[in-house]
Amino acid sequence: VSGDREREVIDLVERRRRLKPKLKEELVTLSHGAGGKATRVLVEALFLEELGNPTLSSLGDAGVFGERGRRLALSTDSFVVKPLFFPGGNIGDLAVNGTVNDVLMSGARPLGLAASFILEEGFAVAGLRHIAASMGDAARAAGVLVVAGDTKVVERGKADGVYVTTTGIGLVEGGRELSPDRIRPGDAVIVSGTLGDHGTAVMVARGELELEVDLRSDTAALTPLVKRLLEAAGEVRCLRDPTRGGIATVLNEFALQAGVSIVLDEASLPVKPEVVGACEILGIDPLYVANEGKLVAVVGPEGAEAALASLRSHPLGADAAVVGEVRSEPEGLVLLDTAFGGRRVVDMLVGDPLPRIC
Amino acid sequence: VKFVDEYRSGELARRVIGQIEALLDPGRTYKIMEVCGGHTHTIYKHGIEHVLPPAVDLIHGPGCPVCVIPMGRVDDAIAIAERPEVIFTTFGDMMRVPGGGGSLLDAKARGADVRMVYSPLDALKIAREHPEREVVFFAIGFETTAPSTALTLLRARQEGIGNFFVFCNHVTIIPAVRAILDSPDLRLDGFVGPGHVSTVIGCRPYEFIARDHRKPLVVAGFEPLDVLQAVLMILRQLAEGRSEVENQYTRVVRDAGNPRALEVLAETMELRTTFEWRGLGFISQSALKLRSDFADWDAELQYAVPGVRVADPKACQCGEVLKGVIKPWECKVFGTACTPERPIGTCMVSSEGACAAYYNYGRFARPREAAAT
Repeated sequence: VSGDREREVIDLVERRRRLKPKLKEELVTLSHGAGGKATRVLVEALFLEELGNPTLSSLGDAGVFGERGRRLALSTDSFVVKPLFFPGGNIGDLAVNGTVNDVLMSGARPLGLAASFILEEGFAVAGLRHIAASMGDAARAAGVLVVAGDTKVVERGKADGVYVTTTGIGLVEGGRELSPDRIRPGDAVIVSGTLGDHGTAVMVARGELELEVDLRSDTAALTPLVKRLLEAAGEVRCLRDPTRGGIATVLNEFALQAGVSIVLDEASLPVKPEVVGACEILGIDPLYVANEGKLVAVVGPEGAEAALASLRSHPLGADAAVVGEVRSEPEGLVLLDTAFGGRRVVDMLVGDPLPRIC
Repeated sequence: VKFVDEYRSGELARRVIGQIEALLDPGRTYKIMEVCGGHTHTIYKHGIEHVLPPAVDLIHGPGCPVCVIPMGRVDDAIAIAERPEVIFTTFGDMMRVPGGGGSLLDAKARGADVRMVYSPLDALKIAREHPEREVVFFAIGFETTAPSTALTLLRARQEGIGNFFVFCNHVTIIPAVRAILDSPDLRLDGFVGPGHVSTVIGCRPYEFIARDHRKPLVVAGFEPLDVLQAVLMILRQLAEGRSEVENQYTRVVRDAGNPRALEVLAETMELRTTFEWRGLGFISQSALKLRSDFADWDAELQYAVPGVRVADPKACQCGEVLKGVIKPWECKVFGTACTPERPIGTCMVSSEGACAAYYNYGRFARPREAAAT
């Protein structure tokens, strides 16, 4: 019957999806930087092939390594956001918060940062000072110091103003281990607040769309949220900050790595009406839009309530919500129960609707 | 975007589904084609197939602007884009469509200046800002998007912008529907008519479908409840033995369409004798080209392009998918050789393409009882 044949095709597609990806392109395209499927292929089929080791290959937000019981988390991130200044922040605080958050997501306490600048000849010194001052403010707010740095200048036209790379190091306390491998059916999926604010704000700030929307980037260090969450709920399985590719990409990574299904409830997803509106006009889905001050937590069923309360106890987590549940099947897939009563797949992002968002 | 939620209400949906169920003849199946890719997208994005009774089978039609562009035209676009003096502007989806020698995205990586725009007016703005370059807009789409191309041409002429050109690939919906009705492969019970196209052309051009082919057609909006209600209206016509053109999308669509839009279209564009559609072949009088008054803005006259017909890859069954003869998953290469990240066919590229919609949204096993048809 047709239902059985369809099922066979679906199974075949799923098996294929789980094969190690092959990099077939001869040239790098913008898709390789979008944080979706093409990025994954580039990372797995090129970088992991050449540089892979058990720490790197776990593909967390930070690599956790160490010796004699002391474990460190190390993370690095480059920022090429356009425009450099946008409502709610600029490339400076974005670069600090982004790396601090990546370190935090491994369960580590951030200890220090390094910052590298690639500057374009002719860039205004006053602008650079503004960026550096924002970095200082963000670092102070996150309780870390910038302890190392580097500066390079390239000829006019060889870069776009300023690119910033930050690297962060943190200490993983005790025997804490946060990993998608620990996700189990029955766990709750929690987000710490509204989705898609950063990507939409930056897109609107470019002025290409002539949309007038009052939206600010959510860029923020998640230090207080992670602290409260880990103290309140013992059953936190893993954390990730859903930047490029949005929560859809993060949850797909979780589902594939843990071999589980994640079912989201559309009605419970916190999204600002302004973001819904702008995304509707742009034809993009807020689930795929970058956040810079939000986390996704998977928490054991017993801990879900305490986790939610702990997040909501801080202003950064005021809109936290349980948005979905982990199930055993269909393995490796993220599904969405639509507010309308239907159900659909939420796959990884293909292509790049919003280049250079961070 | 206020007032969206009420068109997505699960409670109202259940009520409409109850009414749909009451109209079904036991043992009969109903094949209803949604002509427009926007509806295909809505159907998958909201999981409408999962709430409809299994006896109602939605067949996805040809109305996806990206999907119907043949490979040869993509090669022509790339040939223009690779000229050093050209800034080539296009809607995002079109960048990933493969031609005979790669996509526009590949051409961009090789050095072509290809830029994504949201409207032809954005392209005109780039032309204004770069008088030293030639800016070409890759115009695609049905009667929905053609008027905005037409308005842009009028503005270019009015402002005397000489470095802006339109590579016109606008197509018209009626010949494609006619081709499907004349195709022997398919037996359809009714049509969900395109909503946005109808805001321009109105409802009257569909009358031959009801009159000559005795099939109901209901023009519908793009929210999930719009689609459900259109299905209900079609089933009601079938139950009552009627075949009429009805308008579910009255909040937007007028019977006579949009006279001003039709006027600017007629002023700037005219029908081509024939045009190749991907998978459907050449269809006479099915596409638009610029009128000779606008020759100075016509990229086809400005640049020599290969203009070669490129046969679809053998394994690709986009034509059968576009005609609704097969479901996306029935294509030989669906999800294996042809995926959204590495598409062979256009239907796998656009978010309005049936294959991409099924792959991205619909690709999971339904409960067994619902799947057994």
